[in-house]
Amino acid sequence: MIEHLVPRILAKLLIPFILLFGLYVQFHGDFGPGGGFQAGVIFAAGIILYALIYGLDQARGVITPGFVSILVALGLLIYAGVGVATLLLGGEFLNYGVLDSHDPVHGQHLGILIIEFGVGTTVAAVMITIFYQFAGRLQITRELESDDPDDTPDTPVPDAQSSDAQASDAQASDAQERR
Amino acid sequence: MNLDGAMSLGDWEAIINVVLLGLLLVVTVGIIRVRNLFAVVMLAGIYSLLMALVFTLLDAVDVAFTEAAVGAGISTILSLGTLALIDSRREKLPNRVQFVPLLISLATGGVLFWGMQDMPAVGTADAPNQVHVAPYYISQTPVDIDVPNIVTAVLASYRGFDTLGEVTVIFTAGIGVMMLLSAMPVIGARRRRRRDDDDQGDDA
Repeated sequence: MIEHLVPRILAKLLIPFILLFGLYVQFHGDFGPGGGFQAGVIFAAGIILYALIYGLDQARGVITPGFVSILVALGLLIYAGVGVATLLLGGEFLNYGVLDSHDPVHGQHLGILIIEFGVGTTVAAVMITIFYQFAGRLQITRELESDDPDDTPDTPVPDAQSSDAQASDAQASDAQERR
Repeated sequence: MNLDGAMSLGDWEAIINVVLLGLLLVVTVGIIRVRNLFAVVMLAGIYSLLMALVFTLLDAVDVAFTEAAVGAGISTILSLGTLALIDSRREKLPNRVQFVPLLISLATGGVLFWGMQDMPAVGTADAPNQVHVAPYYISQTPVDIDVPNIVTAVLASYRGFDTLGEVTVIFTAGIGVMMLLSAMPVIGARRRRRRDDDDQGDDA
């Protein structure tokens, strides 16, 4: 949680527009530049900005890690599912033309819209997951250190760098004080 | 420049290109010289942002989007997260100059410059990549798929199987990071062990 007022207010103003722009890039990809991948990373950037400003726990409350990990697989399943659907409708794998029995061009439009949605879902979910994992790792490391200050830390402290050794000593005494 | 001294659009584009590439060079030298890892991460973010501008000038707006969001945004944040996890904040220098990597770098760079002589200029109409399948995509997209953005038509429909593979790569990367970094079982085991120790202490 960042206490500074200006970044918080700016983020509050910007995040809705970042998410909206992500959705625009997603569903306007047929007409303008963009598509599922770009939309996914823009959407994920909005969520990551929220997590940076309001804290990881708050962001995890809004979009839970379990939900995100479902979305990671769901996007890919949507994409591959369209391929299977075209197979079942009598076309080649990922030949969207058969999705509309009247007009193959409409089938192409539908197929592109659905698979781009799948791409965007997986990309956004993977980006958010990777961020959650990196940021969560920091919490885990801190928790482990504060749990077991007597244990040797997982990462060996390089002896050659005396300043680093002093820094980790300070961290260890910090952890003991917190206990 | 035109004879009457007025600057045409192409002249301005060339000037902006030179300025951007010059800034890229400065940032690259900065990344090599600076030892503070926080500054290196920030410079890498600036490099990505400049690259996004270069891509915009090359009319590759899709790539510019991605470079700005991933290169300048998300990967900078992930690098900062990594810095927070490691003890060292400064790059450690090797004790002596490494000649073999230097030779490999110089040789690779030299070969790349040599190979560049055979490349057609940017935007050449009869370049090999423009006469292979591109004319088919350009002529057939309005008939087959009828979306205004031909890039989307190629990526999502003509090359749909490739894109499925790319999404699978991203999916696999996400799963890999999850498996590598998620340490909840470790914490659970330590908590359980501590609870067991406490219980035994109460019994004694």
